[in-house]
Amino acid sequence: MRIPPRYTHRAAIAVLGAATLLTVAVLVFIIVFVLNKGLPVLSLSFLFTNPQDMGRAGGILPTLVGTLALPLLAIVIATPLGVGTAVFLTEYTQESATTMAIRFGTDCLAGIPSIIFGLFGYIFFVTTLRMGWSILSGGLTLAFMILPTIIRTSEEAIRAVPASYREVSFSLGATRWQTVRKVVLPNALPGIVTGVMLGIGRSIGETAAVIFTAGASLRMPHSIFDSVRTMSVHFYILAREGISSQNAYGTAAALIISVLAVNLAAYWLMNRYLARRS
Amino acid sequence: MAAKISIQDLTVNFEGRPLIDDITLELPANRILGIIGPASSGKTTFLRALNRMNELTPGFTAAGQVLLDGQDIYHPDYDVVALRKKVGMVFALPVPLPLSIYENVVYGPKLQGRHKNSLDRLVEESLKAAFLWDEVKDRLHSSALRLSGGQQQRLCLARTLALGPEVILLDEPCSGLDPISTAKIEEALTLLKDRYTIILVTNNTKQAARVADDTAFFLMGRLVEHGPTERLFTAPRDRRTGDYITGRFG
Repeated sequence: MRIPPRYTHRAAIAVLGAATLLTVAVLVFIIVFVLNKGLPVLSLSFLFTNPQDMGRAGGILPTLVGTLALPLLAIVIATPLGVGTAVFLTEYTQESATTMAIRFGTDCLAGIPSIIFGLFGYIFFVTTLRMGWSILSGGLTLAFMILPTIIRTSEEAIRAVPASYREVSFSLGATRWQTVRKVVLPNALPGIVTGVMLGIGRSIGETAAVIFTAGASLRMPHSIFDSVRTMSVHFYILAREGISSQNAYGTAAALIISVLAVNLAAYWLMNRYLARRS
Repeated sequence: MAAKISIQDLTVNFEGRPLIDDITLELPANRILGIIGPASSGKTTFLRALNRMNELTPGFTAAGQVLLDGQDIYHPDYDVVALRKKVGMVFALPVPLPLSIYENVVYGPKLQGRHKNSLDRLVEESLKAAFLWDEVKDRLHSSALRLSGGQQQRLCLARTLALGPEVILLDEPCSGLDPISTAKIEEALTLLKDRYTIILVTNNTKQAARVADDTAFFLMGRLVEHGPTERLFTAPRDRRTGDYITGRFG
């Protein structure tokens, strides 16, 4: 028996619409739930004072610093490495067994659970290189964790730049590097930024890899060699140890708002960049 | 007079298959050579062999000699960047870079470190020579992507002229253009041959008859016939040339 197309058409709209609705509803529920519990706790003094009594009282200032410092360090390290690798793979090599092996390797790396990166960071940076629990160890670990994402999204973005642009650039007497710098990278930038944003998002929310490498000190760090606690770790400890669920939700709300803020800022910058170019 | 470009036994292979087969041709300076021939007769490959664009695609190999002012451009020591500055190219489809009109014209000169002060004049001269200046002089800094197809192709010509080339290669530059834009480009080319050596690949035999001083007929990677345009069109020596020109060719 064949169902008439007008019914399958309606059924498709209903099913796809329901899927979308459910997804959005779950997202909104999570955000509203956390903000509902956390916003009453949030205040300027909560954000900008030091915690007391392991976080039962006081604010979250050091964890705010940690949440800024770790992703920043990770991005500063991973972006040049990742974009450089992507440019080399796409512009300077021909597709071969080696490039396929490298691509396969980065894909595998992207799928490794973050706690494995944490363990690696702990053994390599914290212990072997004697960096200790520090912003530096944590930043380096996060950098390696987000590197595959940045490489793959940058590669896709670079491949999407029309080949004709490169041809024109070469025909006008440009070297390969001049072509990369003047034509390929500017046109791939929106895609590259998307990859970097994904990386920032992942590293802001990362907990497992951070506990192992940056530690969980609640003291204000003075340099990148000091241990620090990020908001995600703080939230985890407050909730896990039953220290203060109220302050845990306050921290979670601050975390969600900062992720939203980072994304909004990136979209705004990107739109400004695109508007200026066209 | 010595030839500007002298091509000797040029063969271009793609993955072992010849696209251009043993072509020998002498091009004097300050003339327009029209290259005609049916699809996949090797016209574009031939053109791209003259500024070594073929080698950007893996799988291409070239044998034989191409002498520009007596120097072999395929010699390992020959500077390919300098070659492409001397031998400019306009592609079949207009491809303005996603930059302003002004930035498109100065793209090449800027890469060579040309001083900023002289760029304004260069932009004006190049756009005038490409018959585009009057249409864009008030919006030089708006995006080149907003120009019409015909304007874009003239911009591509201006961009090539701004390099200060000696030879200009044009690969079916009017294939997607309306008759008025085509006429403007043809008019520009006729004036430009005083300063440049021009090679024009075209699918439109009438265009070759209108603008080319000499015409070459390519067929399946081989040069069938080459001579002054008028002679080639009125008294072709090879039957195949005559058949193609009169449209009897399948």
